[in-house]
Amino acid sequence: MNKNIILYAAILIFGVAAPFVFPAFKVQLSILCILIILAITWNVQGGEMGYNTFGNILFYGLGMYLCASVQVGMFFPLAEWTEGGGEKTFVHTPAQFFQGFAVGLAVAAIIPAIVAGLIGYSILGLRGHYFAICTLGLGVAAGEISGGIEIIGAGQGFTTPPFPKVGSLEARGEFFYFCSFAVLIFTFLAVKAIYSTRFKLVLNAIRDNEDKAEAMGIQTMKYKIIGWMISAFFCGLAGGIMGGLVGYIDSTDVAFDGREMGVFMVLMAILGGKGTLWGPVIGATVFHIFKEGFWTFFLGWQYVALGVLIVVIVIYFPEGIMGWLREKYPERFGEVVDEADRKAQVELK
Amino acid sequence: MDFLIFQVPMLTVQAVLDGLLLGILFALIAYGMALQWGVMNIINIAQGDLVILGGYIAYFMYLYGIHPAWGVIVSPIIMYFVGVIIYKLVINKVVDRDLFISILATFGISILFMQLMNFAFGADVVLANSGYGTTMLFDNSVTLPNSKIFSAFISIVFAIGLVIYMKKSKLGRAIRATAQNARAAKILGVDTEKVYAATFGINAALCGVAGALISITFTIHPYMGLPYTIRSFMIVIVAGLGNLPGVAMSGMGLGVFEEFADYILGTEFRIGSVFLLLVLILVYRRFKLSKKREYLK
Repeated sequence: MNKNIILYAAILIFGVAAPFVFPAFKVQLSILCILIILAITWNVQGGEMGYNTFGNILFYGLGMYLCASVQVGMFFPLAEWTEGGGEKTFVHTPAQFFQGFAVGLAVAAIIPAIVAGLIGYSILGLRGHYFAICTLGLGVAAGEISGGIEIIGAGQGFTTPPFPKVGSLEARGEFFYFCSFAVLIFTFLAVKAIYSTRFKLVLNAIRDNEDKAEAMGIQTMKYKIIGWMISAFFCGLAGGIMGGLVGYIDSTDVAFDGREMGVFMVLMAILGGKGTLWGPVIGATVFHIFKEGFWTFFLGWQYVALGVLIVVIVIYFPEGIMGWLREKYPERFGEVVDEADRKAQVELK
Repeated sequence: MDFLIFQVPMLTVQAVLDGLLLGILFALIAYGMALQWGVMNIINIAQGDLVILGGYIAYFMYLYGIHPAWGVIVSPIIMYFVGVIIYKLVINKVVDRDLFISILATFGISILFMQLMNFAFGADVVLANSGYGTTMLFDNSVTLPNSKIFSAFISIVFAIGLVIYMKKSKLGRAIRATAQNARAAKILGVDTEKVYAATFGINAALCGVAGALISITFTIHPYMGLPYTIRSFMIVIVAGLGNLPGVAMSGMGLGVFEEFADYILGTEFRIGSVFLLLVLILVYRRFKLSKKREYLK
């Protein structure tokens, strides 16, 4: 227990100090936070519940558009804003910017959760690969359709409000970093709290054998919908912050970017280890470091590298880092190991 | 609402004819998907990218002065080997595993192919001009490019040829036996590994034919693969595995649907409507089955 407190304190201190220690990496650190949030939310859905989705990008993109639309629409006519292509005809005052962003984030979290609740009953009735392909379809359809809607910028994109200058202070990087870091901590603590309740056991029961779970008297559909809503809530939140961070929303390249974010979140969760609390966090961190280190090195070839990476991880490393650690050090995961039995196995090898 | 299609009734005929001819092509791709799904229990997300790759083979023949229609012969031969190589490298490791693993692995292949094609052939929309001219029907109010008729004809020839091959040949029998019960087939001396490789190769070859035809009749682009995958998946789940007339019918139905969606909703929503239709079909099936307390398996 003591060890855990030290670990959490260390992470917290590192998180708070990071933008001042590494000022050049503020944006990268914010993106890392977002990626970790996405991996955690995917893990609730794919790892714990066993409903592997490609469609959580839907909530991410929805959150992004909603946050930006609310932030603009609260003070200015939205249609004229997007038509101007982000020209500086309207300028947010600092107070307007922060108010709008706060309300926008709340909307960006709540509406996707409601959407997940509404479509959940229809879509969560599908199982296994049908669910995976159906959600893949949902994500792509959302991207294609939002690319045709005029009021949110259609094909030309949506420029989010520029960060206001407060006096001579330029704190855009810090602001978005602390936003994403706060949301990350919120997400992690919320998910950790959820994982310590009966709810997690129900989700695991659904993953392991849904029919049996139903026979045991668990209302699986209700729990599945709640699980997806939790996932959507944090996904939307992450999307809202990412929209502000990037500063420009395009329907298929930024918001509903199934080819990047949509795959990343699955990959990060699997790389770290599905169905563990820390797996997605570790997976996202390793993936982000790898991505940033090699993306510039592979310039232009990054998608080729991504494709190869997916195939290699899925085929040779499906248990992830946490699964590998668990096999190597089972005692640390609270598994009782019979020493004699283990020696016998080692000798057999 | 002033939709063009309701003002000019002849456009309806145009849309139906275009849709049917297009749908036959979709059915050919879906046939390949049904084959590998039935035999190997694999859902191949890279299906559409194999189609596009096949299209580029025909396009390159066109660039080097060979008539692109020959691509119908050359492309499947090359694609067969591409398919076998993919099988040996990746697919044989995911055959017996969870379906999601195969979906994710082929998704990786799809991204890989997309990008490699983008490097090799550039990001431009291209088409191989066959120079077949067009046929005018009903007082010139309906135009039908001959290349579309040609492609539908070739698709039917290949589909029928494959059905006969599967019925009569030794390999065809082995494939069908493996699909029924892989273990029993193994016991009776069928080399299932070889059968799987051949199945994946045949699937890729079918994609090659379809791709060559698409490059003649429509356009190809490195990133256009995923919609073809989704279409073929949709056709297969509507028709059911191993129901060939059903595959042809639902393929043509999908083609007609798309043409009408194109006219009514506008071209920018065409791909979106395909993906939405997939969601709607799956949800419809789910509610229909849940009345019997069953689910899609």
